[in-house]
Amino acid sequence: MATQGIEQPHVQRPRGKTSSSGRKPADAGPLTAYLFMAPYLAIFIIFIAIPVVFGIWVSLHNWDPMLPVKPWVGLQNYVDLFTPGSTTFGPFWKSMGATGKFTLYSVPLLVLIPLLIALVLNQEFRGRNFFRATFFAPYVLGVAVVGILWRFLLDPNVGLVNYYLGALGLPDNIPWITALPWAWISLVGVTVWWTLGFNTVIYLAGLQDIDPALYDAAKVDGANRWQRFVNVTLPGLRPVLLFVITVTILASANMFGQSYLITQGAPGEETTTAIWYIAETGLRFFKMGSAAAMSYVLALALALVSLANFALFRYRGD
Amino acid sequence: MGRRVTRQEFLLMSAGAGAGVVLAGCGGSTTDLEKAGSGGKSYNGPKVSLSFWNGFTAADGDYMRRLVEEFSSQEKNIDVSMNTVDWEVYYQKVPATVQSGKGPDLGIMHITQLPTNAARGVILAMDDVANELNLKKSDFAPVVWDAGVYNGKRYGIPLDVHPLGLFYNKGTMEKAGLDPNSPPQTKDDYMAALEQLKSKGIQGHWMSPFLFTGGLTFQSLIYQFGGELYNENVTKATFNSEAGVNALTWMVDVVKEGYSPKDVAQDAEYTAFQNGKNAFMWNGIWNILELDTVKGLDYGVAQLPQIGSQKGAWADSHNFVIMNKRGQDPNKVAASKVFINWISKRSVEWAKAGQVPARDEVRESQEFKSLKWQPVIAKELPYVQFPPPVPGIGDVYTGSLEPAINEAVLLKKEPEAALDEAANTADQLLKENKQKYQAA
Repeated sequence: MATQGIEQPHVQRPRGKTSSSGRKPADAGPLTAYLFMAPYLAIFIIFIAIPVVFGIWVSLHNWDPMLPVKPWVGLQNYVDLFTPGSTTFGPFWKSMGATGKFTLYSVPLLVLIPLLIALVLNQEFRGRNFFRATFFAPYVLGVAVVGILWRFLLDPNVGLVNYYLGALGLPDNIPWITALPWAWISLVGVTVWWTLGFNTVIYLAGLQDIDPALYDAAKVDGANRWQRFVNVTLPGLRPVLLFVITVTILASANMFGQSYLITQGAPGEETTTAIWYIAETGLRFFKMGSAAAMSYVLALALALVSLANFALFRYRGD
Repeated sequence: MGRRVTRQEFLLMSAGAGAGVVLAGCGGSTTDLEKAGSGGKSYNGPKVSLSFWNGFTAADGDYMRRLVEEFSSQEKNIDVSMNTVDWEVYYQKVPATVQSGKGPDLGIMHITQLPTNAARGVILAMDDVANELNLKKSDFAPVVWDAGVYNGKRYGIPLDVHPLGLFYNKGTMEKAGLDPNSPPQTKDDYMAALEQLKSKGIQGHWMSPFLFTGGLTFQSLIYQFGGELYNENVTKATFNSEAGVNALTWMVDVVKEGYSPKDVAQDAEYTAFQNGKNAFMWNGIWNILELDTVKGLDYGVAQLPQIGSQKGAWADSHNFVIMNKRGQDPNKVAASKVFINWISKRSVEWAKAGQVPARDEVRESQEFKSLKWQPVIAKELPYVQFPPPVPGIGDVYTGSLEPAINEAVLLKKEPEAALDEAANTADQLLKENKQKYQAA
């Protein structure tokens, strides 16, 4: 799950006095700000900025770090990605398609289901904390645990899921992880089960941040439950929703472990995702130039999706 | 201590220190390292600690660890510490760590990985080990010995061979009225047995669409039908030849005829075998170690049945390699050779971990012959085959043939069409690899 790099949503806080003693910020020398930023800046430059720039350099070569000769190929790695018939064109766009499909199927579910759960868990009832913990619990598991667990549960011939379906008199030969569309249903289902806790917690925090006075006012105006949800809850959750959607899209677009472990990319290479293909090209076949070029194409695509996402929310709001 | 250093040792040590400095400066003179030591006969340098990596993460690791401990207790000046990493991670990690000078001093690699790692400068040539120890082709199974050579140099000392064999579940065979002590060995017998199992409602051979074990089954069958994966110069894929199509068609027919369920997932055939849901499994000999721990499972191992026109079986082999570590101390290289020689001679202990020793004298020893299933599988050695020793050959398989077999066995594509398409991709990948490794 790649959730790093995204800032927490701005939760509104009362803006009052800032610091009460000491020098005013204006008195600080121009260096102060940089000093405060220095630790993060150093990490950012070493682990993000330099690799990003270096990656462009790598993508312009046939780059294998272990070989003494790394021939310069200019934009060939990029050209190959857009030339039908090259060795990378087919598998790369197929894997991009797989990532796109997974994102398309999983994001709506991962945005809606946690919202519903959060609304329920925000009510006052006995055992609320127990359920909050239960829904969050799968999220603490690592992808390896989740993957191997579900690979065995969903096995078409020896898995528990089909066994219980059969015991209930339902079809017991569903190829959960070896045929379409079942493989996608399984991957999306497992991912929703696994990660919905995270989004639920974010929603819960957002819900608790909505001023109860707004609900009271709406009630006084005669708004029913649905109207209160549409006119108070949803606008109140807007920044949280933007965060959840952005993070979920990026996390879904980075999907790798689930299909690697549960479906092994099968049938054929239908569930081989972009991150998987890039990792395989770069780290297993050691064609790092080509893999770097693919990374930039993927990153660009994700940047565009995120921009569209932000634009959409801004347009609606203001 | 207190012993005076002899002149010879002093010279050796200063040479070592000098070489170390030079190596650290220039990133490694491979030839100097390759010549270090006396080829593995003995070690009389200063005390060194060796880091030995391999991918024996299962019970086989315990056998290797015991050997390592025994060696360390005998050789006072060589201390070996063993580290296991999952094979897939291993092949990604080792090159990077070796290049940074922090990786292992020696390790194990599959014979199919030797050319790639030799070409990428990860491992050192070991011709002197073979010469000094007087290891000859005639000491080893020839197929293993030849496959360890790349560009005229030897890069691996073979430890074992681990072919695919026929595992048969005696309980299931009995239930279907088959003789549990005579596993089918010909095509006719095999098909008859599958038919009989089917009549009793048992799907006898679960056909996996994945590399383990479907891909290994295909590679065995293509040899049986008289074909090869690639042409002699390894410039073109030939797995879409008639032999290849026959091989894959047979696999697909096993599914179509109902001898196998459709949609077999990864390892499902293995689970089914343990539970007696199928009768036959084509799998690697190393599995005996785990199958022996399964309660109530009565099984046997035989040579693969002959489905095609001749015998043939996929196999791989673990080889000792010495890392071309940056800034490496020649003493460590010399000590590594001693270690390799020592283990190689005791490979019968290793055979107990579900392996066939590569050394003839070990395979012919009474101790080996008294093992239960290993000697049976050892009989496959005359006809096992490896993929050609060409760098990057594994990538070609993964990028072309692997998905083709998968789609065919899952009944998504016709065998011939799947193989033709894959061969087309493979030809391009072979060409790219050739350019890549020639430029180096």
